[in-house]
Amino acid sequence: MTTDIIIPPAVVLILGGLLLPLLPQRVRPVLLLIVPVLTLYCVWQVPDAAALKVAFLGNELVLVKGDALSRLFGTVFSLMAFAGGLFALRQDRVVELTAAFCYAGSAIGVVFAGDLITLFIFWEMMAIASTLVVWSAGRSARGAGLRYGAIHALGGVLLMAGVAGELASGGALAFGRMTLDSVPRYLMLAGILVNAGAPPLSAWLPDAYPEATWSGMVFLSAFTTKTAVYVLLRGFPGAEILVYIGLYMVFYGIVYAILENDMRRILAYSIVNQVGFMVIGIGIGTEMALNGAAAHAFAHIIYKALLLMSAGSVLYMTGKRKCTDLGGLFRTMPLTTICGIIGALSISAFPLTSGFVSKSMISDAAGQQHLAIVWYLLAAASAGVFLHAGIKFPWFVFFQRDSGLRPPDPPWNMRAAMVLFSALCLLFGIAPHLLYRLLPYPVDFVPYTPGHVVFQLQLLLFSGLAFFLMLGWLKRTLTITLDTDWFYRRLGVTLARRLDQWTESGWNWAAHVTARAARAAVRQVERYHGPEGVLARTWPTGSMAFWATVMLAAYLILSYW
Amino acid sequence: MDDNWLVRASTIKLLWVIFAIILAATVLADLFIHQHPFFTLDGTFGFGAWFGFLSCVILIAFAKALGSVLKRPDTYYDD
Repeated sequence: MTTDIIIPPAVVLILGGLLLPLLPQRVRPVLLLIVPVLTLYCVWQVPDAAALKVAFLGNELVLVKGDALSRLFGTVFSLMAFAGGLFALRQDRVVELTAAFCYAGSAIGVVFAGDLITLFIFWEMMAIASTLVVWSAGRSARGAGLRYGAIHALGGVLLMAGVAGELASGGALAFGRMTLDSVPRYLMLAGILVNAGAPPLSAWLPDAYPEATWSGMVFLSAFTTKTAVYVLLRGFPGAEILVYIGLYMVFYGIVYAILENDMRRILAYSIVNQVGFMVIGIGIGTEMALNGAAAHAFAHIIYKALLLMSAGSVLYMTGKRKCTDLGGLFRTMPLTTICGIIGALSISAFPLTSGFVSKSMISDAAGQQHLAIVWYLLAAASAGVFLHAGIKFPWFVFFQRDSGLRPPDPPWNMRAAMVLFSALCLLFGIAPHLLYRLLPYPVDFVPYTPGHVVFQLQLLLFSGLAFFLMLGWLKRTLTITLDTDWFYRRLGVTLARRLDQWTESGWNWAAHVTARAARAAVRQVERYHGPEGVLARTWPTGSMAFWATVMLAAYLILSYW
Repeated sequence: MDDNWLVRASTIKLLWVIFAIILAATVLADLFIHQHPFFTLDGTFGFGAWFGFLSCVILIAFAKALGSVLKRPDTYYDD
């Protein structure tokens, strides 16, 4: 068995993606569905060891290395590529599909990378491919895509600097657990956190993702942030700073989502919120917490993609994205409504959904470590998730008032993708042992105790009560909320324009002064050397003789001295 | 004008009644089950209910206050 040639799962997906534009349109759907299945098969063929090594610049790179954690992420990324492909079957911008498959493939490359250089290469491929996914939405996404690319280039530079520093200072090339005790490692952590949507640069996510097409954002929601979660899980488990960063992300996501009007930006903020839960789990660092973070990443990819599929269906059928334009769609889009609600219940960790199992593992790990404040804040945040995503999204899009829109449910392939992911949300919620089997550590956790279920129901249902009682304060307005991206979208632009003005006026002043000085010089020259100038006049012979006599007389007097 | 049963005033009233009954039931369930609190506060009666409600009120109020400072028209960056 071990002598078998290992096909890197990443390569299957990337090559499949690159083949798409070369095929006639009729064959494309077949490839879109088969390639992710083949990838999943290859994911499960990777043994629990370094499986593929190559020499590169005097280093031995481990291109493929498997274990339970890599397999968990590889599996859910392949599932995501399949459901995303199914959902995007009618996407006629083939460049988006190619980019999306290269993006997903690179993410799989990261999770099977055995060394830091391989990891970095796939990391950068992800950044390029995902920027292309944003850009495939056309003109309207040009600026957002550029900002997205720039931020990820910055993250890549930080990661590269960290990797180079680590290797230069004699660190191991192999990618494994690292303690935060040197500058290069902090640089690596910073680069990874940029991709996770951590502060202070979280704004790239709600800025760029909602500008993608109805199908593009489904892909985007899954890979970048969760690959960062994987790298943190393997590289920096138990780093305490992650607990505080995660807590910030959790509440940042809730507060900004409460204020947001664009349905897909609400869901974008809630990605930051959910990744915050995972980052907290990684920071706690016990086996239970790490299992919880890994399980939450797995569950999250599925229910967030489901939520974005239901939002994407609404966008596809109505062309509208603002809550103020939507409402009352449950009448004619019943299936989209139901699938959206299942996704919303899962993200809120409602009992019988996947989120309940995974999020409970993280909170219980905090409780078992006696982290009282973290546990209380996690409980408050769970209530807040139900508020901003669990009720707000379905309420404003599908119920609320009657917008007069009567779109039908989307085409069959989009419905099928939603039904598939809804089923998975419920399956992992009802039969959590299926998920436990995939986790990196042995699981000894019973989510369904009467006490726990009752607590969670109280927490969520009373959050619902707060939502409906305070509906007046939650009324949507045609506004955005300023974020740290203001510094580079407004302040930076203003300064750049001012700099332009300053340079221009400085230049004008210098030109004016020079011209005046030159004119004055010309006048001066003309005054002495011009036709009437003192030095250029013709003098009479008499005055010449006179001055010669004066000089000779002076000479005579001086010689007597 | 809108004849969907779900948006009729009578249905909404009925939904509120059912919701209130469920809310009361989840709180009363605390009397019959044995909770395993990690700390002290989380062992109080109906902890999930009052804590969840209060958290949401605080979050909404905080968001509202932040919004009054940081909200801009959604065409802010368009120029």
